[in-house]
Amino acid sequence: MEFIDYYKILGVEKNASEDDIKKAYRKLARKLHPDLNPNDKEAHQKFQQVNEANEVLSDPEKRKKYDQYGKDWQHADQFEQQRQSRSRTQQSGPQDYAGFGDQDFSSFFESMFGQGGGRQQQTKFRGQDYNAELQLSLEAAMTTHQQVLTVNGKNIRITIPAGVENGQVIKLAGYGAPGVNGGPAGDLYITFSIAVHPIFKRMGNDLYMNATIDLYTALLGGETTIETLSGKVKLTVAPETQSGTKIRLKGKGFPVYKKEGQQGDLYVTYTVELPTHLSEKEKALFTELKNLK
Amino acid sequence: MATQDMITAKEFCIHHNVEISFIQSLGESGLIEVTHIAEEICVPVQQLPQLEKMVRLYYEMDINMEGIETINHLLNRMNSMQQQIVQLQNKLQVYKDDGE
Repeated sequence: MEFIDYYKILGVEKNASEDDIKKAYRKLARKLHPDLNPNDKEAHQKFQQVNEANEVLSDPEKRKKYDQYGKDWQHADQFEQQRQSRSRTQQSGPQDYAGFGDQDFSSFFESMFGQGGGRQQQTKFRGQDYNAELQLSLEAAMTTHQQVLTVNGKNIRITIPAGVENGQVIKLAGYGAPGVNGGPAGDLYITFSIAVHPIFKRMGNDLYMNATIDLYTALLGGETTIETLSGKVKLTVAPETQSGTKIRLKGKGFPVYKKEGQQGDLYVTYTVELPTHLSEKEKALFTELKNLK
Repeated sequence: MATQDMITAKEFCIHHNVEISFIQSLGESGLIEVTHIAEEICVPVQQLPQLEKMVRLYYEMDINMEGIETINHLLNRMNSMQQQIVQLQNKLQVYKDDGE
């Protein structure tokens, strides 16, 4: 456990006035508050330190104790016990503070001021945010569906809109940790992780796939059937189609997020498969074709 | 027709110890949607998290109404840019996978 310099955290001098401390705290809170830094763990952590520093330095009694014992804080409790035996001071029960649970007080803080810091005021604080990851297949991400998630032992039924992106984060307001002293609950952030599909590649709302056609269909034209995510589609192959030719199937791609009825396109790239294990007759015919050129 | 649950601004203000003029200002600036029902200012329940956020910005962080508007605008922009980053990362991953 290390000594924490609360003055340094708030960026104020040791002789700073209450007003200076208030100003410094507000300035840092505006920069690091979880409301202004959604889903930023680093900012949340820093805000926690700033809060703790403010908790101590804005309270004249705590500040006095902190200043009095300074780096000898480890012995503060012993000194305090002796002092309290002479005049017992009133202490309230453990409480929470802005956005973090009691467990988020530093060990230093708890060692010096006890769990919750013996706060006298009933301040409302917002609960902690939760983060969860949800794995989805590409097929599942294609349709709006409901899913039940278990977060911290609580079942939450959520509706997943069709067209969510891999890595997209959605916020469920109020589904985080409960608030303290009537403060609002935190939020739940769900990150979608969409598995890579063996056939389809997704780029935004468009899908890409390869389709193999035989040499004769490629040369003379014809039909081929492909399996899309929304069913089978019969394609007309133009004569003399080259390998690598890309065609676009409008509206056969991925649904557009939160825009019902709108879909991206499906791009199909043809790969021409050359025949193997040619018979003698085939070889002769290909030779004949070759000689024609 | 879809029904919407409402809370009166009065009730919200008593619970959060804020002034009703604050809600009026938020409504006027378009930061939250307010409705008048029987001469009472009401706020849709779905807007409560947003409203509570504004209360924290205004009362806890001393940010004025203009500041809240600016922050709200920038947070929305940040959100949309983060979505774009995710989309671009996914696009880049497709090209990376093709290259491997």
